[in-house]
Amino acid sequence: MFTGPLQALVDELGRLPGIGPKSAQRIAFHLLKVAPEDAMRLAEAIVDVKERITLCPRCFNVAEGDLCAICSDDRRDGTMLCVVEDPRDIVAVEKTQEFRGRYHVLHGALNPLEGVGPDQLRVKELLGRLDDEAITEIILCTNPNLEGEATAMYLARLLKPLGLSVTRIASGLPVGGDLEYADELTLGRALEGRREVDA
Amino acid sequence: MSLYRDEGVVLRTIRLGEADRIVTMITKAHGKVRAVAKGVRRTKSKFGARLEPLSHVSLLCWQGRELDIVNQAEVTDTFRAVREDLGRVAKAYTVLEVTDQLSQERHANPRLYDMVVGALRALDARDAPLLVPAFCLKVLALEGSSPVVDECVSCGEREGLVAFDIIEGGVLCRSCRRGRSISPAALELVRRILGGGLTSALAEPDGPLAGEVTDLATEAMEAHLDRRLRSVRSSPTA
Ligand SMILES: [Zn+2]
Ligand SMILES: [Zn+2]
Repeated sequence: MFTGPLQALVDELGRLPGIGPKSAQRIAFHLLKVAPEDAMRLAEAIVDVKERITLCPRCFNVAEGDLCAICSDDRRDGTMLCVVEDPRDIVAVEKTQEFRGRYHVLHGALNPLEGVGPDQLRVKELLGRLDDEAITEIILCTNPNLEGEATAMYLARLLKPLGLSVTRIASGLPVGGDLEYADELTLGRALEGRREVDA
Repeated sequence: MSLYRDEGVVLRTIRLGEADRIVTMITKAHGKVRAVAKGVRRTKSKFGARLEPLSHVSLLCWQGRELDIVNQAEVTDTFRAVREDLGRVAKAYTVLEVTDQLSQERHANPRLYDMVVGALRALDARDAPLLVPAFCLKVLALEGSSPVVDECVSCGEREGLVAFDIIEGGVLCRSCRRGRSISPAALELVRRILGGGLTSALAEPDGPLAGEVTDLATEAMEAHLDRRLRSVRSSPTA
């Protein structure tokens, strides 16, 4: 137990994901030692984020102001929608520079063991967008794990009858990896998703 | 730390740190095991999809005090047909949840283990409507908590059994009736599942009868666990 403000800091740090009591103490003592302006910069960054960053009311990406940068960019293709689990997945897809449409963030994936059903995700909002926007194609870009696959199957079942083109990102082998280390499920799907080689 | 070999089915995983996961498995010889899979969330992890929930794997693990560490994992079954069918995934989730609730850490229960593998293999082969209730009833029997279905739990009457009350522990006759009602066909089906007629029960079609037996088995399992089955309550197919 530490004196008032220090204990408060340790407690707050300890609430952060992945930070145990020991790490919380270490970070708190580090902050105690650093120059005041360094600690203040961190404090201001936290305040700034909380005051200025919200969720985009249309796609639920992080946004500064009203709509997020992608929703407010007219050069994006409004007919294509990429559905992801988390705003961080948008960053990953954007880095590929392969996608020029817009996004929809579910904020999670179906996980029946944790009690996460469709109602806990931004699924209703996704359906709402189909009425309001000129979307014709949906790419399901959820994680390639059991929860992400189940979410993609659920959404496909919901969206396909509406006459949209619904696709799922392909599973395959990581570029630069060795085939002999590939697991059976990944390799099996990669074989199934094989494509013609240009000659 | 000592190294051990075993086989297991992955029940669930949770994220740990930047790229790791804690994998909860039921193993044949070590009971429920929680082990760290290092780097498993990286796309180039040597584990790949091998330690996803549902995978049946042979394992090499370092034994730790609280958490073990997965050293190697090789796939025995991927249950791919289950993974790629929403209805079957939902059923598999319930099998995994029940198993997670009933298995004890580092306490081998090879019969439960064999039942889990058997249930997942059956589900991979065919989407049997009664797979989950059959699994629940069989596991309850293994636990010594099988509902009484041969005679009235209150008076011992063997004819005219019309009700089912899980608090009482089984079926009831017309004069003792309480709880929910049970149709003669559902009673016959439950008896068949518990009495060695599993294969024929799994061939039963979907419909109101399968629904009745499913509700009844879910209720019995939830009473036994003294908690709700989340996978049933938040199923994406519900
Ligand atoms: Zn947006
Ligand atoms: Zn009676």
